[in-house]
Amino acid sequence: MLKLDGQDIGHGGAPVLSDVRLSVRPGERVALLGRSGSGKSTLLGALHRAMGDRRVALVPQDTALVPQLSALRNVLMGRLDDHGAIRNLATLIRPRRADRDAALAVLARVGLTPEADRAVEGLSGGQQQRVGLARAIFRGGEIILGDEPMSAVDPIQAEVLAQEIRAAFPTAILALHDVGLAHAFATRVIGLRHGRILIDAPIADLDAATVEELYAR
Amino acid sequence: MPARISRLSVVAGFAALAAILLPFADLTVAGHDPWAALSRMARGFLSPDFGGIEQILWAVALTVGFAIAGVALGGVTGLLMSPFYGMRPVRWTAIALRSVHELFWALLLLQVLGIGAWTGVLAIALPYAGIFAKVMSEILDEADRRPSDWLGPKVDPLSRFLWARVPLARAEMASYALYRLECGLRSSAVLGFVGLPTLGFQLDTFFRQGHYGAAGAVMIIYIALIGTVRWWMRPRLLIFWIAAAMVLLTRIDAPPMGQGAFWRFLTSDIVPAPLRQGVPAGLWPWLWDMLTGAILPGLAATMIVAQIALVLTGIVAFAGQALVIPRVAGRIGAWIGNLILVVLRSFPEYMLAFLFLQIWGPSMLPAILALALHNGAIIAHLLGRQAQGLTLRADAPRGLTLWGWEIAPRLFGSFVALCLYRWEIIIRESAIMGILGIATLGFYLDDAIAELRMDRAVVILIATALVTVLIDRTSRSLRARLGAGRLTVGEAPSRTAANC
Repeated sequence: MLKLDGQDIGHGGAPVLSDVRLSVRPGERVALLGRSGSGKSTLLGALHRAMGDRRVALVPQDTALVPQLSALRNVLMGRLDDHGAIRNLATLIRPRRADRDAALAVLARVGLTPEADRAVEGLSGGQQQRVGLARAIFRGGEIILGDEPMSAVDPIQAEVLAQEIRAAFPTAILALHDVGLAHAFATRVIGLRHGRILIDAPIADLDAATVEELYAR
Repeated sequence: MPARISRLSVVAGFAALAAILLPFADLTVAGHDPWAALSRMARGFLSPDFGGIEQILWAVALTVGFAIAGVALGGVTGLLMSPFYGMRPVRWTAIALRSVHELFWALLLLQVLGIGAWTGVLAIALPYAGIFAKVMSEILDEADRRPSDWLGPKVDPLSRFLWARVPLARAEMASYALYRLECGLRSSAVLGFVGLPTLGFQLDTFFRQGHYGAAGAVMIIYIALIGTVRWWMRPRLLIFWIAAAMVLLTRIDAPPMGQGAFWRFLTSDIVPAPLRQGVPAGLWPWLWDMLTGAILPGLAATMIVAQIALVLTGIVAFAGQALVIPRVAGRIGAWIGNLILVVLRSFPEYMLAFLFLQIWGPSMLPAILALALHNGAIIAHLLGRQAQGLTLRADAPRGLTLWGWEIAPRLFGSFVALCLYRWEIIIRESAIMGILGIATLGFYLDDAIAELRMDRAVVILIATALVTVLIDRTSRSLRARLGAGRLTVGEAPSRTAANC
């Protein structure tokens, strides 16, 4: 469903990633691993562009939430493009019962029911990250692209959230910071080093030596 | 102009220009006994007479009413324009609206709408809409774009704007609107000098009657009003204040204007006389006459007043910044310094010039002093605030040594940038001073309006607006060459340094 063949990817002249060839089939869950600066975010950006018009649920690293709005409204933002301006304006002023319930259900899945009506700027970093995830789940779609979507929550919670992502999306590509989480979540691993794909294999093939090589200085 | 110029050469350039213009400035003291006038005024100020308090409070209420209604209308209009500020027609409309001063708008509107509530409200709302449009669009541009980017391309523009742009900019917009309301209160008070029933009118009346105690009372109440805005103007009370202002303004008794005054103004009054009389060939001589008889002399006087005032502003600001820093002036010294700056900042240039005119009589002197003191106090205040934020080493000296070796050199860049910011405002205000009888552009405008020659008035207004735009451009390009294009005081971009 998603294919990159042999492109150089980068911003403004200098390529960050060179000669990237990969394709992702429906049903795959890909973990992107690599040190910071190895090109994970750039690769996710390229994959997002390659999706074209198809529906994608995006979880950017910087969350891109509206801090002044409540968690609930940030979640509702996930479906603004499904409705017209007037409906969206009405939702902004006062969400309909059904919309509110649907968003609350998603917030419950990430454990944020008590925070639903609080402004996002008053939440902790981990809570904000969960709002970002809830917005993506509420949006739905064939695929979720996430850039370290669980980096600010504790390991146990991260496992729970990973379960929720599995349940909500048939296909997923997540940059992850934690090899253990990758093992628990993914079916396939893509390891990046210095802008090149070092490993692209089923997750079971990821051994300690490869991890060592991926994260070595 | 070279791509980069040093700050010192800019300062030297402006100082030299002022020195060249100085011999052309009319600085005569025309009042027969300035010291007697000054002591009468001081006595009035020190022993205020609150006898006419009812009259004064009504003027206060109307001053606040005009300010709130004008700023609210201008704010909403500007806000509606701001998302489209990138489009040329919108931007040019905004530039045209704000390049004409409130008082000039008032003079013009008085001819069209008479001395009613709408004249006061629109005189504030029209230029403020232009300013709001620009500043709100800047605030929107600077707000975080990432939430809006996240929404993807399919979301309609209105939803994108309301969900992902406005919430991010709202707090700063609100604080800017509050600052603008303070400006509005000053503008509203000054509108009294052209006849609207606000505090300026009271002040004018009491001075004419030689009622200095009552004038002192007006000034004290005025300062209290400006100083307390942040206490009584709460976002929650906004709706209440706007409603109260509207109710209040409907209670102004105004003589009704003749039917069709507006239409006649548009179709007949402002059409150049030769065209109206059916002699199109006379247009060029008419324009030439306007140019040599009003615009150029007015412009020359405006520039003389403004350039000398700018240099004096710089001197006041440079010295004044030291006054408000406790490490330099001492705790008590800084407290007194702050008090002086607050008073000078509260009085608009026009009001100060009016006061000085009572002392020294009509010449450029009162105008220049008023401009220099008011603008100098504003810059000194901003620099003082910035100086408080400087981190000094533990063994830094105190007093004048600290100021001379640490603070003045470190703040010199901001100082020059702020002076350039105020330059445009000083020129606008110099033009306005003409209404007081000093031969700047406002004098010729006032004259044309008094003679009911609206065609001439409009041409002078357009010329004034063009000069304002030109100076704005020059100032911006100078600041860019100084590497001071975006001025910040502390953390926040100091929009508030620029305008009123």
